[in-house]
Amino acid sequence: MKKEEVPQDKGNLSNKNMKELVYAIDEKGNYTTALSTGWEPKTIALSNSIEEISERVAIAKAQVESNKVSPIVYFMEYSRMDIAILSSYVGMWQWRVKRHFKPKVFAKLSDKILQKYAETFNISIAELRNFKTN
Amino acid sequence: METNFTHHQSAHCENGVASNLLKHNGLNISEPMVFGIGSGLFFVYLPFLKVNYAPAISYRPLPGLIFNKLAKRLGLKIKRQKFSNETNAVKALDENLKNNIPSGLQVGVYNLTYFPDEYRFHFNAHNLVVYGKTETDYLISDPVMENVTTLTHEELRKVRFAKGAFAPKGQIYYPIQIPEKVDLKSAIIKGIKNTCRDMLAPMPIIGVRGMRLVARQIRKWPVKHGTKKANHYLAQMVRMQEEIGTGGGGFRFIYAAFLEEASVILENEKLKELSKEMTAIGDLWRDFAVEASRIYKNRSSKEDVYNTIADQLLAISSKEEVFFKKLKLAIR
Repeated sequence: MKKEEVPQDKGNLSNKNMKELVYAIDEKGNYTTALSTGWEPKTIALSNSIEEISERVAIAKAQVESNKVSPIVYFMEYSRMDIAILSSYVGMWQWRVKRHFKPKVFAKLSDKILQKYAETFNISIAELRNFKTN
Repeated sequence: METNFTHHQSAHCENGVASNLLKHNGLNISEPMVFGIGSGLFFVYLPFLKVNYAPAISYRPLPGLIFNKLAKRLGLKIKRQKFSNETNAVKALDENLKNNIPSGLQVGVYNLTYFPDEYRFHFNAHNLVVYGKTETDYLISDPVMENVTTLTHEELRKVRFAKGAFAPKGQIYYPIQIPEKVDLKSAIIKGIKNTCRDMLAPMPIIGVRGMRLVARQIRKWPVKHGTKKANHYLAQMVRMQEEIGTGGGGFRFIYAAFLEEASVILENEKLKELSKEMTAIGDLWRDFAVEASRIYKNRSSKEDVYNTIADQLLAISSKEEVFFKKLKLAIR
């Protein structure tokens, strides 16, 4: 990559006024560094992942509303976690976390256990219990 | 309290922290040098490990390995500490700052508040330097940022004790001993040899063979998983290759910069030639990213596009195989 070819596209970094450092060659063919505001192929790749997450969150939301899964699933997706990450945050086995996904099991959970989830998701127990669609 | 630490922006966090900490301790070493001597160039495909619901593809070795190899090859001593107790972790860091020791930290990205929201994933192998503390904040030098920044005490606690794969466990590290004279020449040769060995390894998931395996898988993805998932996998691969930290082209440009620097130190003209070749290969990786982004942008459902991109990856793997064989000969 030549220095004058270092992409300066708009993207997720430029929105926050950030620039990243890349390595490129100058006119004499020697290596130097340059700052880049972003690159379109990358921005598209990232947007793809973000969309993927939004979809997962939307599906989870619908499933909680129709009482197919517990609110834990929604907040897990919302926090960009999967079962492995969630189980390591709350310090419980994955099978236990999976069990808590069932609305019936969730309804009987003690405050002590709910507290662990609430802390992980950075919300209160009340917010976890009384799931609101917004 | 504040240590007199100088922040330099770098492409990759781990090299950047290593280079900045060593510069602070009087050893002037560039980011590409750290990367090359520490054998940072790598390729591994781990289909059984899922990251963000896609098979893991990494262009770098395990976190911490680059700095450790660099230290071994230059005869430096690095102290690393992990903690099971959060209070002790805070104490150890504060103690260091009191003693005027800026410290490298492994952290999770998800709670780094100064990152754009889109970049906050549960990725735990990020590195930064803490160089001071105020009543409310820690002073942070994050090498991928242009300028220094801050995190509150609570925010730093959260990122140090992020959970999940590669949980940092509050890890701090800093050089405790640097020899007066370092033997760059032999360290460079060891680093290059190691990289050639990795990239040419007779293992199906590593190096050029790993790339070939991925190329074969890409052809199967749309049939096996449907285009939606296939596109998601491709997007993840491009992110690992190009996202903040690789310096572009899956670290190939940083490596080319290293070879250029190495050619001067070793007085080896061949390395300068090979540096140019690596740049050309890096450009091919960029083309691969462009082509991949076209696929998941248009959401084209033809099977052919996946074959085209797989061919592209195959061509790169052949080029790299030839390249690393030449590199191996060049330093004999």
